[in-house]
Amino acid sequence: MALTAHPAHKIQKGRYDDVPHEEKARLFEEVKADPRYEDYLYGCYECGICVAACPSARFYDFSPRRVAQATAREDVEQIYEQMNDDIWECSQCFSCLRCPRGNNPGGIITIMREVAINNGMATAKEALEGYTRIIYKIMGTGTQVSPDMLQPDAFPDWGPQVKEVSDQLELWRRMLPPETLHTTSTGWAIEPKTIMELYVIWHATGALDMIKDVDSNLHMILEEMMEDRLEDADYDTSPVTSNGH
Amino acid sequence: MPIPVEEILSKKAKFERDPERAPEDFHDELFKLEEEGEWIIQRVPDDAIEVPTKYGRPKKVPRQPTWHHKSCGQCGHIPGYSTSIFWVIRKLGLDYIDPKDQTSCTAWNYYASATSNAAAQAAVAMRNFAAAYETGYFPIIHCGTSYGHYKEVREELLGHADLRKQVREVLGRLGKPMVMPEEIVHYSEWFHAMRHEIKAQQVVDMSNIAVTVHPACHYHKLVEGDAIYDPDMYQGQRTSIVSGIAETLGAEVRNYSTWFDCCGFGFRHILVQRDFTRSFATLRKIQVMKEEADPDVVLTHDTGCVTTLDKSQFAAKAHGVTASLPVMSEAQFAALAMGAHPYKVCQLHWHSADYKPLLEKMGIDWESAWAEFQEDMKKLERGEQEFLTWEDVDA
Repeated sequence: MALTAHPAHKIQKGRYDDVPHEEKARLFEEVKADPRYEDYLYGCYECGICVAACPSARFYDFSPRRVAQATAREDVEQIYEQMNDDIWECSQCFSCLRCPRGNNPGGIITIMREVAINNGMATAKEALEGYTRIIYKIMGTGTQVSPDMLQPDAFPDWGPQVKEVSDQLELWRRMLPPETLHTTSTGWAIEPKTIMELYVIWHATGALDMIKDVDSNLHMILEEMMEDRLEDADYDTSPVTSNGH
Repeated sequence: MPIPVEEILSKKAKFERDPERAPEDFHDELFKLEEEGEWIIQRVPDDAIEVPTKYGRPKKVPRQPTWHHKSCGQCGHIPGYSTSIFWVIRKLGLDYIDPKDQTSCTAWNYYASATSNAAAQAAVAMRNFAAAYETGYFPIIHCGTSYGHYKEVREELLGHADLRKQVREVLGRLGKPMVMPEEIVHYSEWFHAMRHEIKAQQVVDMSNIAVTVHPACHYHKLVEGDAIYDPDMYQGQRTSIVSGIAETLGAEVRNYSTWFDCCGFGFRHILVQRDFTRSFATLRKIQVMKEEADPDVVLTHDTGCVTTLDKSQFAAKAHGVTASLPVMSEAQFAALAMGAHPYKVCQLHWHSADYKPLLEKMGIDWESAWAEFQEDMKKLERGEQEFLTWEDVDA
């Protein structure tokens, strides 16, 4: 019974059979090539302390222990399945750092997500559906969330108070004593030069290009916007010569 | 066999942290790299207070002058959070900068979508650190996730010369120096270190207020050695952040069993998978706090935690969950204790869960306060002034 229930056996009959083993191995090699990987994985006692602390494990079929186990065993079939079905459930709270072995399953998942994005995996695209505006905000304006995102149709589950904020937004923002907080489209007032410096970072480190395969429209919008603003500035936006990935 | 509760408690009372689990003090490598010309270390100003950390290393927290690395979610959705931090600093007569040369740490997006990489994240952090250094003021980080992520970035930069090389190249193009602060300091550490000075200016009695504390994951779980642990609080087994100032201000800090649990924020979940966030926040935090501790208010010290614990309560009513608790940062709580206006400073009208019974219990007349806020707002509507100012707040 235990043998027939082995994950590898299950996966052989699973929905990722059509993906060549070599492709799965290639993706895992990308995960392992991340300089942080060796700091995040030291083997797994299989004690489950990470699972006991994990919020996502309480509500999803998700387990940081399985991620640590699969990576420690270099089980590329299971890792591929996790990169499709599991990693986006992680809360990235890092409660799993309670690991007595010193593992960082949350950190391994961060790397797996990056590889999923870099390779334009379909499940990564699905995970980011509805998330476009956030990426636009953070890459384009320099703050992650803004006051004008508090719209009742976007947050109906937050109650009627969201509508009140939305209705009064411009006035309520002016009722804030700090001079930097009178904004509505960004969290605070940011210098134009500061934004341009952020754009240089996105270009030079390859972060902007990461979204090309997962959301080509957003990539195009951001690239054009950044090029317009950087046009008259004399910054070198070419990729940095030494890239860690 | 019954659980030997007394025996366990007696063991915990004599708790001593295993020194073998203590991480090496990162400062040795930090200063070695400075000697080798790799970066500049921005020293904590002389006007500082030492606090104990998890493994006993003393950490210097600057009183002043401070440069405030603001939080996207605090400024955007709970602006009374940031305003209260600044108000308390001003009230204590200390020097600070609220900069415009600051971007988000961008870590909320990174933990949510992974549409970034280690080099970009480190470059964002070091650009902001350089901006602080250029002013001569020491950075104080408002967001728990920014704080946690910047500690991660520091670890990565310390351990990976290639990453340092990439970031140095990017910063060179921006004309900025490579600077790492001597300590990465969260604003709640400043409030902890300053709690006795804050207490000295307390005007609202908090002795009949019961609180529960939610310590933020990215504060005490990510790079744990930097977090404040006071041997005199929780026998040094749990971070004393937030609990320390709440107790100093006279409030009763009540315990509950799920204190270690995350709030349910989840980064991507709070935005695009909120069923998880609502369920976790309600079932594992708010309901448990209510049943086990019945507090008057939940205090926490991070953007995502305040948002999640506050905003998740409304939808739970549809499922018959009647537990409802006001949620705020300890900065807002401390400001209220020092006599801050609940609307002009603490901006509690941006919060969702009902905070009015709490204010009544504190002896704060929220109806009059709201009327004052409305009066000031009318001045703006009439065009008599453009913004509410610090002078208006303390008038």
